[in-house]
Amino acid sequence: MQRHLISAADLTRDDAVLILDTAEEMARVADRPIKKLPTLRGRTVVNLFFEDSTRTRISFEAAEKRLSADVINFTAKGSSVSKGESLKDTAQTLEAMGVDAVVIRHGASGAPYRLANSGWIDAAVINAGDGTHQHPTQALLDAFTMRRRLVGRDTGLGKDLSGRRITIVGDVLHSRVARSNVDLLHTLGAEVTLVAPPTLVPVGVETWPCEVSYDLDSTLPKSDAVMMLRVQRERMNAAFFPTEREYSRRYGLDGERMAKMPEHAIVMHPGPMVRGMEITAEVADSDRCTVVEQVANGVSIRMAVLYLLLGGNEPAVPNARTNEEK
Amino acid sequence: MSKILIRGAKVLGGEPQDVLIDGEVIAEVGTGLSADGAQVVEATGKVLLPGLVDLHTHLREPGREDSETVLTGTRAAASGGYTAVFAMANTFPVADTAGVVEQVYRLGQEHGYCDVQPIGAVTVGLEGKKLAELGAMHESAAGVTVFSDDGKCVDDAVIMRRALEYVKAFGGVVAQHAQEPRLTEGAQMNEGVVSAELGLGGWPAVAEESIIARDVLLAEHVGSRVHICHLSTAGSVEIVRWAKSRGIAVTAEVTPHHLLLTDELVRTYNPVYKVNPPLRTERDVHALRTALADGTIDIVATDHAPHPHEDKDCEWAAAAMGMVGLETALSVVQETMVDTGLLDWAGVADRMSVKPAQIGQATGHGRPVSAGEPANLTLVDTEYRGQVDPAGFASRSRNTPYEGRRLPGRVTHTWLRGKATLVDGKLT
Repeated sequence: MQRHLISAADLTRDDAVLILDTAEEMARVADRPIKKLPTLRGRTVVNLFFEDSTRTRISFEAAEKRLSADVINFTAKGSSVSKGESLKDTAQTLEAMGVDAVVIRHGASGAPYRLANSGWIDAAVINAGDGTHQHPTQALLDAFTMRRRLVGRDTGLGKDLSGRRITIVGDVLHSRVARSNVDLLHTLGAEVTLVAPPTLVPVGVETWPCEVSYDLDSTLPKSDAVMMLRVQRERMNAAFFPTEREYSRRYGLDGERMAKMPEHAIVMHPGPMVRGMEITAEVADSDRCTVVEQVANGVSIRMAVLYLLLGGNEPAVPNARTNEEK
Repeated sequence: MSKILIRGAKVLGGEPQDVLIDGEVIAEVGTGLSADGAQVVEATGKVLLPGLVDLHTHLREPGREDSETVLTGTRAAASGGYTAVFAMANTFPVADTAGVVEQVYRLGQEHGYCDVQPIGAVTVGLEGKKLAELGAMHESAAGVTVFSDDGKCVDDAVIMRRALEYVKAFGGVVAQHAQEPRLTEGAQMNEGVVSAELGLGGWPAVAEESIIARDVLLAEHVGSRVHICHLSTAGSVEIVRWAKSRGIAVTAEVTPHHLLLTDELVRTYNPVYKVNPPLRTERDVHALRTALADGTIDIVATDHAPHPHEDKDCEWAAAAMGMVGLETALSVVQETMVDTGLLDWAGVADRMSVKPAQIGQATGHGRPVSAGEPANLTLVDTEYRGQVDPAGFASRSRNTPYEGRRLPGRVTHTWLRGKATLVDGKLT
C-alpha cells in the first residue's frame, strides 16, 4: 500500500482487492454489540474540510471512532481559494500538533496531491474529494457494494469485478465520482460505459478506459449496475442542457427504464439524490437501489483505508481472524 | 567612454571577427583589429548577437514591487542578454495614462540596465469598455507605440476595431491577448486529455484561435497592424499563416516555455507550470517551433511574469498565472531551435532582436552588428551546459519552471550603447 490515497488510479488491482477484503472484516465489527476496535488507539486523525460535506465527514468520523482514533474536525469553508496560503498554513499547524493522518475535502482539484507532495506535512493524506478530480473512497465503497451484490459477500473475497458491466449516467464532466469510478472499476476488470449528454462529457474522455454513449436506453439491457450521478440544477443555467424535463426524459431513470435492465442488475447513487429529475421515487425506493447500503459500506471502506494506510500489518480484526483460525 | 575590443567572436554565429566599440557605437568590425587603448574581451568560441529585445515583459512597477521592480526586472533582462524590454500595462495603477508610462520609462532610463519601453493599455483600467488615451501616451516622453490589455483580451469586437483604426494615426500596433472570455471561464489549464483526467477547468485552443481569426479579419478590414501575443496552439499558427498569405499585417510571438513545455507537466499540480495561455500539447509545441523557424511566428517574447513565492506555494486553483523568463529565454531557444537545427544564430538574432525591435519601433535596437551602429550587443557562451539555479536570478521572483533543469548556453556579456551591463555573467 502507498502512504497516501489521493486517486483511485494510484491503486493496483491487488491493493484494491486488499482494501475490499479488509472492509469485509471491518463490516463485521458493525454486527457486534460494541462496534469498536482498538486498532488506531493513540493515533490522531484530522478531518480537514474546506468544502461542506456532512455525509462524507460523518462517514469518515464514524470510521475513525470505530478504530479508536482521536478525531479532530476542522472546517475551513470559504477560506481556501480566496486565500491560497491557508492550505499550507493549516497543514503546517496540523503537522506541529503531531497529526498522523489528514482526511481532506477541498474545492480545488489537486489540493490533496499538493498537500501530500509539497513537503508541507508528513502525515498520511486521504483524499475525501477534490474539486472535479477524485473521490477514491467513494469509488471503493461503490466497488465494495457491487462486489457484495454481484459476486457475493463471502464468495467475493479475494475477487475483483472482472466482466461486470457498469453504466455511469449523468454529469460526468463535473464529477469526481465518475473519474474515480472509471479508474477503479477498470483496474478491477469491469467494463464501464459513461452515458451523458455530450455537453457533460469532458473533452479528452477518449483516452479513458471506458466507452461513452449518449443513449441510455440502448445501454441499460447490457448493464449489471447503473450508477446515477447527481446533476446540479445550476448546470441548467449554464446551457449544459435545455431544461430539467428534457434532461429527465433522456437521462433520468424511472420504473419503465429500470425494467429494461437485467433481473439481477442494481441501481446506485452516490447521494444526495434529486428525486424526480435524475431518478424517480419508484426507482430510488426499490429493492434494487443500493443507496442506503452504500452509506453503510462507506464506513467499512474508510475503516479499511485508514487501517491500511496507518501501517496495518496486524490483522485488522484480530478476534475475528483468530476465531476463524480456531 | 573607453574603447572595448571583443576579440574573435562568431558574429551572428558566423566566422570569428573582432568588434571594436568606441563610446556608444560600434567603430569597426573585422579581423585582426588593433587592441590599442581598448579593453579586450576574449570571445573566442562565443556567439555575438545584437542585444535582445523583449516585446512582452511584466515589470510589476508601479504597484506590485514585491514581485518585481523596474530595477530588478531590467537587471534580470541584462542578465538574459536583453538591451530593451517592453513593459506590459497591467500594473497598479494601470499604464493607461501618459503619467504612468512616463514614470516607467524614466525609471528604466535612470537605472540604465536596459531600455524600458512602456506598453500602453488599450482600454481604461484594462476593462475593455472605453479606449485609453492612446494618443497622449504616444505623445508622452515614453513615446508609446504598442498598446495591449495583456492579461485580458480586448474581446469587444467594436472596441478592438476602433483601437486598430485609431493607432494608425501614429503607426501604433495593438498587441492582443487572444482569449475568448466566455470560453475560458474557470479555465485552469489546456483543455484536453490531461485536464479531463485532472479535473481542472479547460482552456480550449479554440478560445485563442477564434479571437485571432476575428482580429486578423478586423485588421484586414480597417487596414491596420495587429500583433498576437503569446500564440500557443497549432490552430493559431494555421490562422496566422493564412492571414499572412493574404497580406494581412499580422505579427505574432511565441514564448520560450511554449516552445519547450507541455501540459503533461500539470500532472504534478505544481503551480510553477500555471501560465496563461496554458502549456499545450506536444503537437502544439512542434507546430510552434516549425512556425517560428519558417517565419510564420515572427518573434520570441518572454511573457516574463514574476510572482512572489506565496502566490505559487499553494494549491493549483489558488495560484497566480505566469513564469519568469528573461534569464532563461535564450537558453530555451538554443535548446529548442538551435540545437535541433531549426534555426541558426542569425535566425535567433532575427527572432529575438531585429523583428521585435521593428514591431515595437525600438529604433536603435535590433540593428546589424556593423560599424556606425549603436553598440547594443550580447555575447553568448553557447557551449555552456548547466543546471538552472533560481537562487542566482536577478529577478525579484523565482517562479521558474526550469529549476534544476539542464539548459544549454549562457549570456556572459551585455552592452547597452557601449556600456557593459553584464560582464563574465555578473551584473555591473
